[in-house]
Amino acid sequence: MSEREFEININPDWLKKYLGKILIGIFLFVMLITSVKTVGPEEEGVVVQFGRFNRTVDPGLNFIMPFGFETMHKIPVQRQLKQEFGFRTSELGPRTEYDKEQYVDESLMLTGDLNLTDVEWVVQYRITDSYNYLFKVRNAEKTLRDMSEAAMRKIVGDRTVNEVLTVGRQEISSSVEALLQEMCNEYENGIRIDQVVLQDVNPPDPVKPSFNAVNEAQQERETLINQAEAEYNRVIPRARGEAKETIQLAEAFALNRVNRAKGEATRFNSLFSEYQKAPEVTKQRIYLETMERILPKLGNKIITDEQGSNVLPLLNLNPVKESAP
Amino acid sequence: MNKKNLAIIVLIVLGIVLANGTFYVLDETQQAIVTQFGRPIGEPRTTPGINIKAPFIQKVQFFDKRYLEWDGERNQVPTVDKKFIFVDSYARWQITDPLQFFIRLRDESSARSRLDDILDGETRNAIASHNLLDLVRSTNRDPEITEEFMEELEVLENIQVGKARIEQIVLDKANQRTSDLGVRILDFRFKRMNYVDEVRDRVYDRMISERNRIADQFRSEGQGEARIIEGSKELELAEIQSNAFRTAEEIKGKADAEATAIYASAFNQNRQAVDLYKFLRTMESFEKSMDEKTSIILSTDSEFYKYLNSLN
Repeated sequence: MSEREFEININPDWLKKYLGKILIGIFLFVMLITSVKTVGPEEEGVVVQFGRFNRTVDPGLNFIMPFGFETMHKIPVQRQLKQEFGFRTSELGPRTEYDKEQYVDESLMLTGDLNLTDVEWVVQYRITDSYNYLFKVRNAEKTLRDMSEAAMRKIVGDRTVNEVLTVGRQEISSSVEALLQEMCNEYENGIRIDQVVLQDVNPPDPVKPSFNAVNEAQQERETLINQAEAEYNRVIPRARGEAKETIQLAEAFALNRVNRAKGEATRFNSLFSEYQKAPEVTKQRIYLETMERILPKLGNKIITDEQGSNVLPLLNLNPVKESAP
Repeated sequence: MNKKNLAIIVLIVLGIVLANGTFYVLDETQQAIVTQFGRPIGEPRTTPGINIKAPFIQKVQFFDKRYLEWDGERNQVPTVDKKFIFVDSYARWQITDPLQFFIRLRDESSARSRLDDILDGETRNAIASHNLLDLVRSTNRDPEITEEFMEELEVLENIQVGKARIEQIVLDKANQRTSDLGVRILDFRFKRMNYVDEVRDRVYDRMISERNRIADQFRSEGQGEARIIEGSKELELAEIQSNAFRTAEEIKGKADAEATAIYASAFNQNRQAVDLYKFLRTMESFEKSMDEKTSIILSTDSEFYKYLNSLN
């Protein structure tokens, strides 16, 4: 229907008149789109003339020979590119999501003590030589992936599982970086490795609980030791204090004892020197004074005769006491 | 007029056909050989750009000039020490002699299948004639031991050959076998290597038991350490307390001795002094031992009576 209308609308005379111009228009249009190229700010344009490398051009508007005499490859030389191993970033956002399940083969590797470990890593790189990148290696990206896996396994294969999981991380990533760069230079793929970053490094899932158990046991060990030390710290300083107290008390006792002895001795000596002058009287006086002090305080006082046979006062001790003054 | 136009058109078409048969574009990534009735003519062409050949009778065969990738199959092979592993390898190769390549292999896909045969075969041979450890490790590096207790566990056994060497062996042998094919294998590397699934589970079991051993060791170490601290606490406690007691007793004893000496020197001067002391001490005792609850019976035979009597 529309085709028919189209045919009807074309006026043969009009066509004849303008055919030349239309052809020139199409020619110019094709020329324009095949010769004007924009190169992005992070890119570099590699111009190939009849299949032969001709020049590289800077970002901005560029003109090349039209109709495919020259073609341009745009290579993002300024952009940092990255490859992920053992996982893929599946969704970028406020919370980046990762896909891990199907990449276990990529990350599971043998360590030098023939254990297995799960290493995830990222290789950040840049294309520094676009000529080599394009023309020296076919499939440079895939090549880099293979190289990176081989390099990581080579480095991890020389370390124990414990080193890989704990202390060796930094050393491993720098070793892999160096090895990978060396391989890149050898392959002349025009790639410079910026950084190899180890992500999650874990024991394989089935073994994980027992690795955690080791950590727990380590904590437990520390706890037990700390508890024992706490008990020690609780008891010993106190015992030291108590010991000091005991000694000081003994010293106090000694001081007391000696001083008292000295005092008593001095007192006795003074008394004795006077006593010697009048022994009987002094003795009598002291006796009386003492009795005077004692007797009023006493409850029962029973005085028996010489025979001591009169026991009557013993029978009613209480009444006597009550009647006492 | 019409005839003239026709002639021009025919000439143009002929020119295009001729140009098309004479000129060919060789890409930066390619190399080519020119054949005449199927027979290669001249040296391989490697200069990119527009090249010339004789039209119609000569044909051009293009080949890739770049480093090409080869990705191995997952080979499942037992090692010398009877460990079943699978190995995934890759290699880089290049068509170095396109003429020879064209004669022997004709195109890339047949080259690929030849490389599969050769490299997979050599990989299997290499694995089957080495220990697993040699395939995993490349150097005889000593592990960095972080904690003392790990020492017995963190052992890297020494290797005889090593991964790099085995890769080199495979590469050399494969290159020998591909020497007449016009290709060169640039390098060969093991990419992935792992236990086969059945073995893997047993390896996991071993790892678990190993870890449990460490965990038990930790616990027992903790308990032992705690006991040591406990013991040293008791020891120190006993030392402190008994020393204090001893010192205290010594001090007291010394004081007692001193006091005794002082008393003796005062009370024991002569008989009279002894007498007086006895008397005074008795008086003191009376005073101390008697109170309102005391009942006193003073009989005539008692000491007291004597004094009482003398009181009257």
